[in-house]
Amino acid sequence: MSSHAHSAPHAMPAPTGFISKYIFSLDHKVIGIQYFLLALLAVCIGIVLSVLMRFHLVWPGAHLPFISGGIMTPEQYLALVTMHGTIMVFFVLTTAPQSGFGNYFLPIQIGAADMAFPRLNMLSFWTTFLAFVALIAAFFVPGGSPISGWTAYPPLSGLGQVTGPGEGWGQTMWIVSIALFCGASLMGALNFIATIIDLRAPGMTLMRMPLTCWGWFVTAILGLLAFGVLLAAGVLLLLDRSAGTSFFVPASEVVTDTLLNHKGGSPILWQHLFWFFGHPEVYIAILPGMGVASHLLSTFSRKPIYGYRAMAYAICGIGFLGFMVWGHHMFVSGMSPYSGFAFSVLTMAIGVPSAIKTFNWLGTLWNGKIQFKSPMMFALGFVSLFVSGGLSGLFLAQPAVDNRLHATYYVVAHFHLVMGVAAIFGIFGATYFWFPKMFGRMMSEPLGKLHFWITFAGAYCIFMPMHFIGIAGSIRRYADYTGVQYLAQFQPVHKFMTIAAFITAIGQLIFLFNFFWSLKHGEKASDNPWNATTLEWTTATPPPHDNFGGHYPSVYRGPYEFSVPGATEDYIPQHLAPQEVSRSK
Amino acid sequence: MHRDLRRSTASRLHVRGSAVTPAILALLIIIMVAVTVYVFAANLYPAPPPITAIGQMIDRQYDMTLFVTGLVFILSQLGLAYAIFRFRDRGQKASFTRGNNTLEVLWTSATIILFVGLGLLGRKAWAETRFVPAEPDAIHIELTTNQFAFNFRYAGPDGKFGRIDTAQISASSGNPLGIDSNDPAGKDDIVTPTLTVPVDRQIELVLHSQDVIHNFYVRELRLQQDAVPGLAIPIHFTATKIGQYEIVCTQLCGLGHYHMRSLLNVVSEADYQSFLKASAQ
Repeated sequence: MSSHAHSAPHAMPAPTGFISKYIFSLDHKVIGIQYFLLALLAVCIGIVLSVLMRFHLVWPGAHLPFISGGIMTPEQYLALVTMHGTIMVFFVLTTAPQSGFGNYFLPIQIGAADMAFPRLNMLSFWTTFLAFVALIAAFFVPGGSPISGWTAYPPLSGLGQVTGPGEGWGQTMWIVSIALFCGASLMGALNFIATIIDLRAPGMTLMRMPLTCWGWFVTAILGLLAFGVLLAAGVLLLLDRSAGTSFFVPASEVVTDTLLNHKGGSPILWQHLFWFFGHPEVYIAILPGMGVASHLLSTFSRKPIYGYRAMAYAICGIGFLGFMVWGHHMFVSGMSPYSGFAFSVLTMAIGVPSAIKTFNWLGTLWNGKIQFKSPMMFALGFVSLFVSGGLSGLFLAQPAVDNRLHATYYVVAHFHLVMGVAAIFGIFGATYFWFPKMFGRMMSEPLGKLHFWITFAGAYCIFMPMHFIGIAGSIRRYADYTGVQYLAQFQPVHKFMTIAAFITAIGQLIFLFNFFWSLKHGEKASDNPWNATTLEWTTATPPPHDNFGGHYPSVYRGPYEFSVPGATEDYIPQHLAPQEVSRSK
Repeated sequence: MHRDLRRSTASRLHVRGSAVTPAILALLIIIMVAVTVYVFAANLYPAPPPITAIGQMIDRQYDMTLFVTGLVFILSQLGLAYAIFRFRDRGQKASFTRGNNTLEVLWTSATIILFVGLGLLGRKAWAETRFVPAEPDAIHIELTTNQFAFNFRYAGPDGKFGRIDTAQISASSGNPLGIDSNDPAGKDDIVTPTLTVPVDRQIELVLHSQDVIHNFYVRELRLQQDAVPGLAIPIHFTATKIGQYEIVCTQLCGLGHYHMRSLLNVVSEADYQSFLKASAQ
């Protein structure tokens, strides 16, 4: 199958210099860890921003020493909304599960020595890093960071300083950052796809790939098709802002009594381009998590994944349908109501592969022998959160019902549960699961459990009540609730959610402590501490520079051979030839 | 013997320890389901009742969706909780199965029918709000938004809206919409910051925006629509209950977004006529 596997019989020499080994590394494992650490830094900033937002909503008049002026202004609140969303969606939910864990484990799980294009891989990481620096710089430019949300709808985002503070330099930095990020993601997507198609070990057919690899594969295809569109849209928006073009800004545009000189662009065109990226982006965030959850549920139930083929097809089905539903973000935008109806039916249809996945996860647990290790806790949490967050999508997918719920906290609850918290649970599960392989030590199990309890209960306490007030009409992206009278009644609920958010955020310190403490002091890990079946567990811990120490594995079976009748062990690794499997008599 | 005792204590602890975690997790999920179902069933945070017939239709569709998704929510979460506790590691052997094609086909078809069917059922309410045009005798009102205000325009006694000249837009001199002073049809146009409509009459509201995208949302109407610069977007509604309701902007439009609000006054026909008369002067 792969000529690469046979043409590289000797171990590749590892780089020796510090810079080539850790900074400008070509090793997919180092790059994976670089992505992971970048996402870790980003998520810490993102969480702090969200806690500040929650705090301001409940105590709007509080004096905050680190804010210029002492009391948070509406534009500062909207800057937090914008930066929180952008950081979390791009630099956490896209970066950690795909670029981080995908980079590290995809080549090892398919039996390759590295990604197909190691230099492109390095370039992709450093471009992402640059994008992150550009975004953070938006905090410090004159006017502050942008206030138009992570969706950056023009004309608000297309006219510069006239539409509000932060819409000058801040918005420009935002566009530059996103454009860089798109470029980096395109490189990454290309690399992932080439690696999966060309570098699989002998015997690693597509239908023997772990479901994690299926998740990364389909995510890479989505990225390749989606990020190019956002990149183009970003460039057009930049031109509208600085070169006087009118792609998204209509004629007769009047801001504070001043007529601007634009000629007949369409604000709705931006929404189409943005959501053509934006909806697949939701699946870019969650598909790797689905792969990880499937992988963990099977491993820790000691059972083959239920309906492997159905699971792989469901991932493809979600990816395929994911490109046909972007209009459900635009039911009330002024788009043709007939398109709205078509988008609605397609969106309801995307619930079907999602339901298939859920049923198969339950099927995997059924009659299993469930081991409640930290990674498994997060995988189980993932299933619960995915169900809760996914079902509310069936309301929002119907344009008539969306008339009532659009832009309320119901939407905030929906997407946070399903693409935010569930995806984060996928990342946590992956971290606890693969940490021993990456760093050679186990993470603390009691601390992992404690972290799980706080995060699981906390997530529900933060986001479940948002459904309730959303249904009653509470609007999102409001800096405070004094402007609209009926919003005052929801204040006790907001207080509850803020306290829950505060506790949950503090709980994440347990994870940080566990992570860094275990790097040095964790119990030494064996090569296969979970008795798992896939190829990463057949190599040394941590894996050598070329992953398998000069020999390349062949694959003889599917990825989830647990509790096979007749076998002595309750797991059969993928690389064991049939004659090597020890059988009980 | 001493060692045996220690080992048996340890193994007993192991067994007990492994039951506590799944029990707590299953219980947490059950509590989450119970609280959620209770809040919905007891209607702790009620939305105000709809004041249009279409609003009632939307609520029926909402209720039906709530019933279907609620059922799936309860069954799958409780199924998960049950599996977590029931199939915990007690030293048993896991069953070996790769799945069941009949079941796959069964739940795939069931969800297609349930989810897509629900979507198709919802089309009627959507068609009523957006496909069906306003009736010919509907009252025409224009809404023009800007940062951060709503302005409603009535055609006045001549029934005609005056031309708009963007060069004449000036909120400070009392012409926020830029009604052309040279157009006689505009002389009697009424511009107000709040919306007053007669009860039981269909209103056609045409949405415009001068600067950025805003939104017109009245939760009692169960209706929201973006106002987009460069577009004139018509919506229509027939309010059936006299009262005062809040109009809010739901599209992020800048730093004043949170206080961009107005009022919808649904009044009797007589009060509506006197409102028009008073505003014309």
